[in-house]
Formats: sequence, structure tokens, C-alpha cells
Amino acid sequence: MSEKTKDNVSNQKGGNGVKPTSPNADLKFDFGSFWQYSDAPESSDHIEILDKYDHFIDGEFVKPVKGRYMTSINPSTGKAFTQFAEGTSEDVDNAVKAARKAYTKVWKNLSGKERGKYIYRIARMIQERSRELAITESMDGGKPIRESRDVDVPLAAAYFFYYAGWSDKIEYAFPGRKHESLGVCGQIIPWNFPLLMLAWKIAPALATGNTVVLKPAESTPVTALKFAEICRDAGLPKGVVNIITGAGQTGAALVDHPDVNKIAFTGSTEVGKMIQKSIAGTDKKFTLELGGKGANIIFEDAPLDQAVEGIINAIFFNQGHVCCAGSRLLVQEGIADDLILKLKNRMETLIVGDPLDKNTDIGAINSKSQYDKINNYLQIGLDEGATIYQSSCNLPEEGYYCRPTFFTDVSQSSQIVQEEIFGPVLTIQTFRTPDEAIEKANNTQFGLAGGVWTDKGSKIFNVGSKLRSGVVWANTYNKFDPTSPFGGYKESGIGREGGLHGLKGYLKFKY
Amino acid sequence: MSTTILPDFHQTIPIDMVGVEERVSRLNKRSIKKESKLQALKLALSMIDHTTLEGKDSPGKMIQLCSKAKRPYAAMPGLPSVAAVCVYPTMVSTAKKALKGSRVKVASVATAFPSGMAPLQVKLDDTKYAVAEGADEVDMVISRGEFLSGNYNFVFDEIASIKDACGSSHLKVILETGELETLENVRKASEIAMVAGADFIKTSTGKISPAATQPVTLVMLEAIRDYYLKTGRMVGMKPAGGIRKAKEALQYLVLVKETLGAEWLTPNWFRFGASSLTNDLLMQIIKQETGIYQSINYFSND
Repeated sequence: MSEKTKDNVSNQKGGNGVKPTSPNADLKFDFGSFWQYSDAPESSDHIEILDKYDHFIDGEFVKPVKGRYMTSINPSTGKAFTQFAEGTSEDVDNAVKAARKAYTKVWKNLSGKERGKYIYRIARMIQERSRELAITESMDGGKPIRESRDVDVPLAAAYFFYYAGWSDKIEYAFPGRKHESLGVCGQIIPWNFPLLMLAWKIAPALATGNTVVLKPAESTPVTALKFAEICRDAGLPKGVVNIITGAGQTGAALVDHPDVNKIAFTGSTEVGKMIQKSIAGTDKKFTLELGGKGANIIFEDAPLDQAVEGIINAIFFNQGHVCCAGSRLLVQEGIADDLILKLKNRMETLIVGDPLDKNTDIGAINSKSQYDKINNYLQIGLDEGATIYQSSCNLPEEGYYCRPTFFTDVSQSSQIVQEEIFGPVLTIQTFRTPDEAIEKANNTQFGLAGGVWTDKGSKIFNVGSKLRSGVVWANTYNKFDPTSPFGGYKESGIGREGGLHGLKGYLKFKY
Repeated sequence: MSTTILPDFHQTIPIDMVGVEERVSRLNKRSIKKESKLQALKLALSMIDHTTLEGKDSPGKMIQLCSKAKRPYAAMPGLPSVAAVCVYPTMVSTAKKALKGSRVKVASVATAFPSGMAPLQVKLDDTKYAVAEGADEVDMVISRGEFLSGNYNFVFDEIASIKDACGSSHLKVILETGELETLENVRKASEIAMVAGADFIKTSTGKISPAATQPVTLVMLEAIRDYYLKTGRMVGMKPAGGIRKAKEALQYLVLVKETLGAEWLTPNWFRFGASSLTNDLLMQIIKQETGIYQSINYFSND
């Protein structure tokens, strides 16, 4: 295609007298009218959800000191799911004391082999209760059963299996260096992958000989409390794992507790900064895994149909509630029109709806507040003059749902390009040369994850090594494995979780 | 024919096998239950090219096959007939007679099926014979040896000549994907066939393993989609060989639905080349309708 035609193509709007890319650019595929999939709901009848959940402290479920409870909402209906204890500083103190006692009296004196036995047992019990955990996760958090069943729960078990294996080999993990466990770890996890983030936090902490006090997010506490049942049933020594529930204040009380040796946090950059401030001047160790605005870079020599699938996995996985989501698409100018057409067609086949239906691709937005935040960003995008595209799917009448969305006509300075939306909203920018792609990808406060799509191996390594980002996927996106470290550059975090690297955050090195 | 600019077939469209397999596995997770299952089973039945391609085929066998094709299961009169029977050229006239008055089409393999190792003239004669005998559809094979040695123009010209020889009969072009081996080759062969005039592209002869696979089918469907967007011309798809179970058939239909949409979900644009699939579909249809599995002894083998 000549330069002149190229300009025509990229400038064409409304097609007035301008030759379109293809004479058949308006041809549509009909994905909906014939042979609709019947409802295929996963039954939740056999899932036991208590009316009220208490804290799990020192091996048993205990009522909150102040007696207050909060409500967890099922976002697919907007109705109450269950109640859970609201933790106060008294509850946190009890939990930390239990963890300290368990650390000094039992856990740190146990051999690695013995610790490993318990962790393996927990991993197996997660597998045994996988169906129940997956359904609970979908009901409490709104994610599609396809993902909780095939990704969240199996991966959570895999992290426990992986770190169980390290328990009796810790001494050999860092040759020539001597280390010991830290003590009591305060762990605060987000609502996007409740059980999986719990596994990322608890598995390495236990394997390295620490005890934990974990606070799940206030919109998704239930799988953590079911995990507490697993710890109890596994015969894990009392106080090694303590779960306290509550909102921001409970988390703050945990962060501020003087007898906590380490804070591990996954969540927003804003809260991450608050945590850093409040532990400044103490000897608490910390790891932070924060926000992101991942660049997914598609070169013109990429396998396009597979790249489209990668874009879908990058931004619409878990409703876009993914810190490493590929929320910025950078596509080489020459293929932008083709790629966007393919993406639109693919988006038309995405099914948005009941998280428990096995055919649902995109479930419910996790909470009312997140739903409002996403809608606010959609408005900001429009106000900034960006062009919005949303798929035409039906949305359920109740609950919080958002159509898969992308914006074109955005620029690097747009707010929707700079800020983390944490929803199924993609921005699309074009680039002309690899250097321009790298520059745009890096020009952000974040640096958690990115993707590179090209058929050329050398380009993958060249571009990948220049991205200032903790994870770079090549010709795929959003793949996780316990053996692989994960973490951010810049305001995306400090420290690495997963793999051998993930052990370091839970060890004190003597030399 | 309007003026068309031939694409450069030496340019390769990159295809990532891992990504294709992942996409297929995600599509396989679609849960097809209740009404949607029954609808799809009947649809699949109506899309079958009921096939016998054996050296021992005889007129008697052919009449038996055609009878099954017209009315797959006598006990359930409302069921659709299959789309076509697929036979050797010498069997076309027998099949044609046996199917008279029904909507079942007769497809004939041709062009020195299954190897295609014959000079063009022989292939043309083979095709013309099948058409003269009354074949509604011709299933040709491409010259895989020429394709693999990079003689794409040879392959193109051959398909175009056979298309001419077909006259008004529909041309299905068998790529024999099991011998092309890579998905990039499958994509390229699909494009050559479509540009050369194929009405359908088809995976396999059934004589080579692997025959039809879902990754190969997905790549071909995507080639059809891209060609349609470029030219506005619809091309049909026929996976053939190795599809024996109703469950697999439904998975193929999901591939079609989510790649090309409703317009292709008819026997006019999608076919299954199979022989034993028919009975499994019948068994599942009866299970859906009555709630009871029938013994295989209740279904005729032909």
C-alpha cells in the first residue's frame, strides 16, 4: 500500500469520498440470531454459606470483640451474600498475639519437612474442595465460573504445592548465604483474586517458617474463611494462620501493630503509598504489589488472530480487574484497521452475564463502588474526545455489569491512558517503529506487565528487554505459574512474589 | 469474472500454533445443554456428507447408503436427511438414481483421489466424468507435492482448471491438511483454493492421519472469514475424517458459530465428511428426546 493510501485510510472518518480499507468493510457477521446457547448454570445448591462468619484466630472461629459485622454483597445480583466480622484493633492484637505464640512455640522450631507436610495437605484439601471454592468465589466476587474453576482455584493449589516443595529445601535455596524466618507476617490482599492472592501470600510465608495474620478484602472475604476451615481441618498448629476480616481500618491496625515483622500487600498504589508511610522508621519488612497499566504491543508481523485472542485475555480476563491487565493496546499503524475489525468481531462473541453460567465470559463488576469508578472513567474518556466502542451484548437487569469496551482516538496524555481503570476498558494507540512502541509502553508511572506480539524471536527479546516492566509476555498474555516471579517496576510495587524470588521476601539474610 | 489481483502466495501469514490450540480449548468449554443441544444435534445430522470411499464399494452397498442418507432413522420420521452422500465417480449414477426425489445431494471425489498423483488431463477427465454422471458436487484433492515444493501457482492453476471443468457443480477442494503439516501451510492452501474458485474448502481425504482436527478447522474458518471480508464471497467449510462422536460435532459447530456466525450454520455452508458420526448423532438425539439411551443394535450400519 502506498504512503498516500495509508494516509487516506487513517484519516478517513465517515468515508466521504475516501476509499475505504476494504470494499467490504461494512460486512457483518451474525453471531447471535441463530442457535443460542441454553443456560448452563453451575448448581450452587450444595454450597454451604453461613449466615455469619467470624474471625479465625488461634485455630478457631471467634466473634469480633466489638461484636460488629459487615455485609458481603453478591455483585451479580446486588443483594447481600453473607455477613462477616468487622475487625478492630483488639481483634488484630489477638490475632497477632496468637501468631507470635505459634511462631515462637511451634512453627519456627518445626523442621522444614514437617512444615512441608502441612502445606502439602492444605494444597490437597484445596483440590478436594475445588468445586465449592470456585462456586463461592464466583458468588462472592462476580468472576465467571469458567475462570474460578479453571484458573483461580487450580492455581491457588499449585502455589501451595510449589512452596510446600521448598519447605525442606530452603537451606539450599540461596547457596553461600545464611538466612532465617522473619516472624509474624501481616498480609493484606485484594478482591480481584481472593483465594489466589491468599495462596501467593500464605504459601511462601509458611514454607519459610513464618506465621501469618491475613486480612482479605471486604467485598470478598468468604473463600479466605473457607480456607480457614481447611487450615483447621488439616490440623495446622493453632495460630500459624489467622484470618481477620474487615475494611481499611482493620488493615491499618494490622500494618501499625508493633509486633508484626513484615507487611505483604497487594492492592492499589494509593494504599501502597500509605502503608510505606506508616511503616517508615520501623524495622518492618514489606513487599508491595500495586497497580498497573500494561502495554500490549502488537507488531505487524504478529500472528493476528492469536494476537486478538491475546488482547481479549489481556483486558477482559476477570472483568479487567487484573493489576497486570493489558489495558493499553499499542498496535503498529499499518495493521490497526484490520486488527480493530477482528477485535470488534471477537468482542461480539463475548457473553456477559451470570458468573455461575458455564458459558459466561465476563461476569459481574466486583462492587458498586468499582462499577461507579469504571463508569466515571467511561465518561472521562468521552469528555476527552476519545471514540468509544462497546459490544452489543445483552446485560442482566440486576447486578453490576459492564460491556467490553475500547477507546480509540486517545493519546499518551489522556487520563484514560495514564490511569488504572481496573475494568473491561481498553485504550488503543498506534505506533510506527519499535522505539516508539517502547517509549509509549514505558511512559507511565506503572511497570507491572506487558506483552509483545511478533513472529520474530529476536524482536521479542530486543523489545522485551527494554520494557521497564516486571513481567513481559511474548505472544501470550496473563499466564501465571508458581515457578515464575511476579512484581513491579516503579509505582507498580516492590519485591517479587512467586518462584525462588518469592522466598526472599519472607527471609532475613544473615550474610 | 471481475478483475482480481492475485495475492502473493509466497508471503506467509504467521500463525501461532499454541495460540490456536488455546482458542480451540476455550471454545470447547462452551456448555451445550438442553434445547441448544437438541437443535445442534439435528443441525449436525443435516450437515453430514455420508461417505463411503472404499475399493470394495458396489451398487448394492450404494443403494443401502443412500437409503440411510434419505431417512437416517425410520422410527423417528421428523428427522432431517443428511446433506449428501460422498462416493467415487463410478458410483455417482447409482447414487443419483437411489436418491431421486430426495434433497440429498451426490458428491463425487475426483482428480485421482486420494493422492492426486496424475496428470492434469486425467484429473480433468475424472472430474468431467463425475459431473456427466450427475454429481452435484465435486471433491477434488490438491497436489500436495507441488504445494510443498513451493509451486503455488501450479496448485492455483490446477484448482482453477478443475473449477472450470465442474461447470455448475459445486467444487470442494481437499487440502489434505495432514500432509501439509503446519497451520501456516493450511492457511496458505486455503487462500489458494478460495482465490482459485473453491466453493468449499475441505480438510482431508480420510485416508491420511491426522484427518480433520479442530485447530486446522479453526484456521480454515478464519481464512474463510478474512476472504469474505476482502471479497464479499462466502466459501463453505468441510472438516472430514476422524469425526465420530456427536460431542465433537457440537464442538465443531461452536467453532463455526463463533468464527463465522449464523449464516454459515447451514448445510449450504458447512458439512461434516463422516460415516460413523451419523449413528452417534442419532443416539444422542434419541437420548435428548426420550431420556433413554438406545442400544447400538437399533441403528443400521451403512
